[in-house]
Amino acid sequence: MELVKPGLGLIFWMTITFSLVLFILSKFAWKPILNSIREREDSINNALNAADEARKQMDALKSDNEKLLQQARIERDAMLKEAKEMKDEIIGQAKKSADDESRRILAAANESIESAKIKALNELKTQVAVLSVDLAEKVLAKKMEDRSAQEAFVNENLKSITLN
Amino acid sequence: MQSSNKKIFKHLALTALLLTAIGFWSFQSFANETASDSLPQQQLVTENHADVHSAETHEEGKVDAGKLIMEHIADAHDWHIATIGTAHISIPLPVIIKDAEGFKVFLSSAFHHGHESHEGYALREGKIVAVDANNQIIENADFIDLSITKNVAAMFIAVFVLCWLMLRVAAHYSKNKNKAPKGINNLIETLILFIRDEIAKPSIGPKYEKFLPYLLTIFFFIFINNLFGLVPFFPGGANVTGNIAITLVLAIFTFVITSFSGNKSYWGHIFAPPGVPKPLWILLVPIEIIGMLNKPIVLMIRLFANITAGHIIILGFFSLIFIFGAMNQYMGLGVSVLSVAFTTFMSFLELLVAFLQAYVFTLLSSLYFGSAVEEHHHEEHH
Repeated sequence: MELVKPGLGLIFWMTITFSLVLFILSKFAWKPILNSIREREDSINNALNAADEARKQMDALKSDNEKLLQQARIERDAMLKEAKEMKDEIIGQAKKSADDESRRILAAANESIESAKIKALNELKTQVAVLSVDLAEKVLAKKMEDRSAQEAFVNENLKSITLN
Repeated sequence: MQSSNKKIFKHLALTALLLTAIGFWSFQSFANETASDSLPQQQLVTENHADVHSAETHEEGKVDAGKLIMEHIADAHDWHIATIGTAHISIPLPVIIKDAEGFKVFLSSAFHHGHESHEGYALREGKIVAVDANNQIIENADFIDLSITKNVAAMFIAVFVLCWLMLRVAAHYSKNKNKAPKGINNLIETLILFIRDEIAKPSIGPKYEKFLPYLLTIFFFIFINNLFGLVPFFPGGANVTGNIAITLVLAIFTFVITSFSGNKSYWGHIFAPPGVPKPLWILLVPIEIIGMLNKPIVLMIRLFANITAGHIIILGFFSLIFIFGAMNQYMGLGVSVLSVAFTTFMSFLELLVAFLQAYVFTLLSSLYFGSAVEEHHHEEHH
């Protein structure tokens, strides 16, 4: 039964040693080790949280960007449409004004042609009248030189008039 | 995959070979020591010098396995390393005796292995006894033996290694803040986290941090002493955690901490069990008190018995070699193969037990702490 009889000396030394070990390890080993493990765990947790946060912000930013892009696209489309309309309007206006102008010029030209024609006709008429009077004068002058011929002519003319 | 498996097996085989060789060598010297104490002219047969001896000496070589095992399990006043021939190589340890005359301090070598007395004391079967002038034992002598025995010295060495290791790890942590641990620090951290997250947190609850330093200390103290106990030669070979004095002190520490941190509901459950009619308290209170005292006793006996049993089994297997060798040289050789195989297996099992018992002691201690600080919310329902 020697085995289960605790020795007094061993109990004495064990109590002292174990108390000492407990004190030394608690103060100089477990405290710094546990503290730094906890710190590291905290810092890892923080880093993970920060990464999560960053990802969320990134997502928000991305959707913001999408929205902005969509808006810009709509705006661009609107601007393009407006520009096209404006262009069409300007072209239409230009066409219209050109038409008007050409019509106006044509009308003016026609008018001037007409008036020139009338003027020319009038001049021609006067000229023809003058010429014919002159010719008639000359013919008459020629015819009147001979008295008998004159009388014959007048008679002939008279004859015809009477017959009418 | 396969090549790495092969490598592991190769390592295992090498380790096993080395272990058995070491075991053989040291055990051979153990056996020689005990044999040569009684019969100095005779040497026991082992594999190494089986051819030297004649048949006559074998029949004389009776091996008292029980005595041999007990001597190696028990504490001693000198640390035996080896015996070569009839010469003992052992480290004398200081003997400290307190008696009416005061303290007496001298080395155990003064006893000459129990052959002589010194300052009125002598060594009888490993124990210090008071003797008179005629070398007769004085019964009921009034003295206290505070010697640095083999177990105390082995514990000092283990504790020194433990402190050195842990302080180094702590220094590493304060130097490398917020970095991943490396090497031995990683191993220690794994164990620390295991104790914190798998033992302390679930069994104690939110107040676990107060008890964590104690739990870590007992775990590593028991674990390192168990491991040192498995090493068959100096500085191991002592049976520290298999000594009832050591486990007694550890259990008392756990008991004292449990009692001092016990809250109102813990003591209330023991001395005034709630929800029980008062007349029944006469019956219940003694049972509760026995239960309270039972816990540290169970702790003490479990660790002591497990570690001692492991040592006894391994020593028993080795003793078989010499018991059979004493009958017949070739029988001893045959049995040695089996013994070595079994001892190798047992050594691996003991490695597991070394961890397991440290774990169990720590787990049970933390369960007791947990019951001491637990808040009983269900009391309102009674």
